[in-house]
Amino acid sequence: MAGIPHDHYEPKPGFQTWLHNRLPIVSLLHGTLTIPTPKNLNWMWIWGIVLTFCLAMQIVTGIVLAMHYTPNVDLAFASVEHIMRDVNGGVMLRYLHANGASLMFFAVYLHIFRGLYYGSYKAPREVTWVIGMIIYFLMVATAFLGYVLPWGQMSFWGATVITGLFGAIPGVGPALQEWLLGGFAVDNATLNRFFSLHYLLPLVIAALVVTHIWAFHTTGNNNPTGVEVRRGSKEEAERDTLPFWPYFVIKDLFALSIILMLFFAVVGFMPNFLGHPDNYIQANPLATPAHIVPEWYLLPFYAILRAFDNTVWAVQLVQFLTFGIVDSKLFGVLAMAGAIVAMGLAPWLDTSSVRSGRYRPMFKWWFAILVVDFIVLMWVGSQVPGTFTGWVGLIASTYWFAYFFVVLPLLGVLEKPLLQPATIEEDFKSHYANPAE
Amino acid sequence: MIRKIAISAVSALTLFTGSAWAAGEAKTVDIPFSFEGPFGAFDEHQLQRGLQVFTEVCSACHGLKFLRIGALAEMGGPMLPEEQVKAYAKNLTVIDKETGEERTATPADRFPENNGAAAPDLSVMAKARAGFHGPYGLGINQFFRGIGGPEHIYSVLTGYEENPECAPDGIDGFYYNTGFANGAVPDTCKDEAGHPMIEGSWIAMPQPMSADQVTYADGTEASLENMSEDVSAFLMWASEPKMMVRKESGFKAVLLLGLLSVLLYLTNKRLWSGVKGKKKVA
Repeated sequence: MAGIPHDHYEPKPGFQTWLHNRLPIVSLLHGTLTIPTPKNLNWMWIWGIVLTFCLAMQIVTGIVLAMHYTPNVDLAFASVEHIMRDVNGGVMLRYLHANGASLMFFAVYLHIFRGLYYGSYKAPREVTWVIGMIIYFLMVATAFLGYVLPWGQMSFWGATVITGLFGAIPGVGPALQEWLLGGFAVDNATLNRFFSLHYLLPLVIAALVVTHIWAFHTTGNNNPTGVEVRRGSKEEAERDTLPFWPYFVIKDLFALSIILMLFFAVVGFMPNFLGHPDNYIQANPLATPAHIVPEWYLLPFYAILRAFDNTVWAVQLVQFLTFGIVDSKLFGVLAMAGAIVAMGLAPWLDTSSVRSGRYRPMFKWWFAILVVDFIVLMWVGSQVPGTFTGWVGLIASTYWFAYFFVVLPLLGVLEKPLLQPATIEEDFKSHYANPAE
Repeated sequence: MIRKIAISAVSALTLFTGSAWAAGEAKTVDIPFSFEGPFGAFDEHQLQRGLQVFTEVCSACHGLKFLRIGALAEMGGPMLPEEQVKAYAKNLTVIDKETGEERTATPADRFPENNGAAAPDLSVMAKARAGFHGPYGLGINQFFRGIGGPEHIYSVLTGYEENPECAPDGIDGFYYNTGFANGAVPDTCKDEAGHPMIEGSWIAMPQPMSADQVTYADGTEASLENMSEDVSAFLMWASEPKMMVRKESGFKAVLLLGLLSVLLYLTNKRLWSGVKGKKKVA
């Protein structure tokens, strides 16, 4: 499957050949497991396995939870308590599922920032990157839909705030919002369609994950040097790579095991740490909570949404130029969506010929600021809006866009990159003394 | 100039801390409950005393509609003998789901909902309130001290005080409570920015209990503090009757995954040793 030369599956005569001529599934599995993988991959290349595991865990626990959950405004909250109290293992199932979402986002953020640092988005891996961004976007949607299901106060008011954003779209907005909600306000129809979509989207994600893997198995993995695997001959390729099984499977499973150990400590000993106490109060349309906040993993983009109010001159300018069609509310919605789109455009905005940040002295600093920026945005998103947080949010949001639309295009021109190793083998040997030599 | 910067820095800080506490501050007493931390467990005797306080005092107005009566006999709870649970259920009346008529409860039923009074249900109250959040509101101390829900309940039950000087007449029909932050505060007790200058606020519930209102069978002194602590622990258990099951599962999982990690570490090391050799120092 990959363009890297390697041994292919040869069916033995008999049943193997019979099956292979009808459905080459063994060949596909063989190709996937033995794919030549750059041998210098570091520990930041484990998050893909963690994410695949998370997706499987969320689907399995989710299917069982759905057997006991009732999507009805009068019964949903009680059915979650029923799961927590009466269903065998229900308390673990639900806490695994709720905290599993957090683990998945934790892993996806490290996965994305890994890609941003080592230039994994650059040619020829643009399609892998864009599919990844679509997966991330669907994860956000799925997590939001899932958070509504327990029908607590944050579920209800979070749904009210977020669906309200669609109402900001000019012209079709109010109709779109009504269509999403199945009525004029968050109610039983909303809960039913959110449940249905929360069940559907993970399966779409699973399909996209397959294409994501297919795409990078076609181009081959990126690696910490950003230097491509040599493809002149099989022998040459073998000096740069090792088969995925067993080398990377065992390595990834070791990392996964450590991460799951920490994860189970959170689930077992402090499962409500990342949740919000208000969501243990049944949804009440008549009582608005003092402080509506999304879950931690949505906070950076929530901060960008709120950063651009109508005191910002850029917002006023856009409002003037569009004859008031794009007001501050719509501007915020566009900014939030744009923040994710900006990441998706990275392959075409980055003008540097060097892939890995390891050999880009100026890029390293701008990237480090982006990581800090992301954490600052997360903090701003958790705060009650104020003068100080407003300014921080505006500066941090502006940097997010500036990184993609200004810094990445300019650095390719301004920066003098360091010397890259000629081959992956050379990089590997600079770290380890091979016993064979 | 420097002074000006210093002032704006201070005001920026107070702005941001001020906004975090916009609802006003309440006094939360930290109780070292037995069930806190990874190894903490419920004290069944305390839960039994708490059940007694709930039954004789709280249940007059409050319900526990998600708690199954039979859970009183289960492991990790008050662990009452089956016979006592059956006898306890007989004293309660519930509305039968099928016939819609009142009947005597059985252990399979849930505790009754509240009796029409404007008192909130207490089934998950201990999880719906956060007494303390740790440094910067991050909740770091949850690992060892819990979320502070039972502490909040304790602080409300013991927080009734005379009206403060800023509002000697209080609010008609409400009671001043230092442990309750979400109630009304008269304007005379607020500063110019509208933030309360006193601890707590006014609550609709009159002081529900006083010392020696119950008589404990095990001889524990029925002080207001003891009763409040016991019933707070009981409500924490009622909020999460499977807490011990959860901690046990977590403990087993962490141990097994730790073992698996060691084995995978050794496997991985051996697997790669042929490829990597020794790590170069520089």
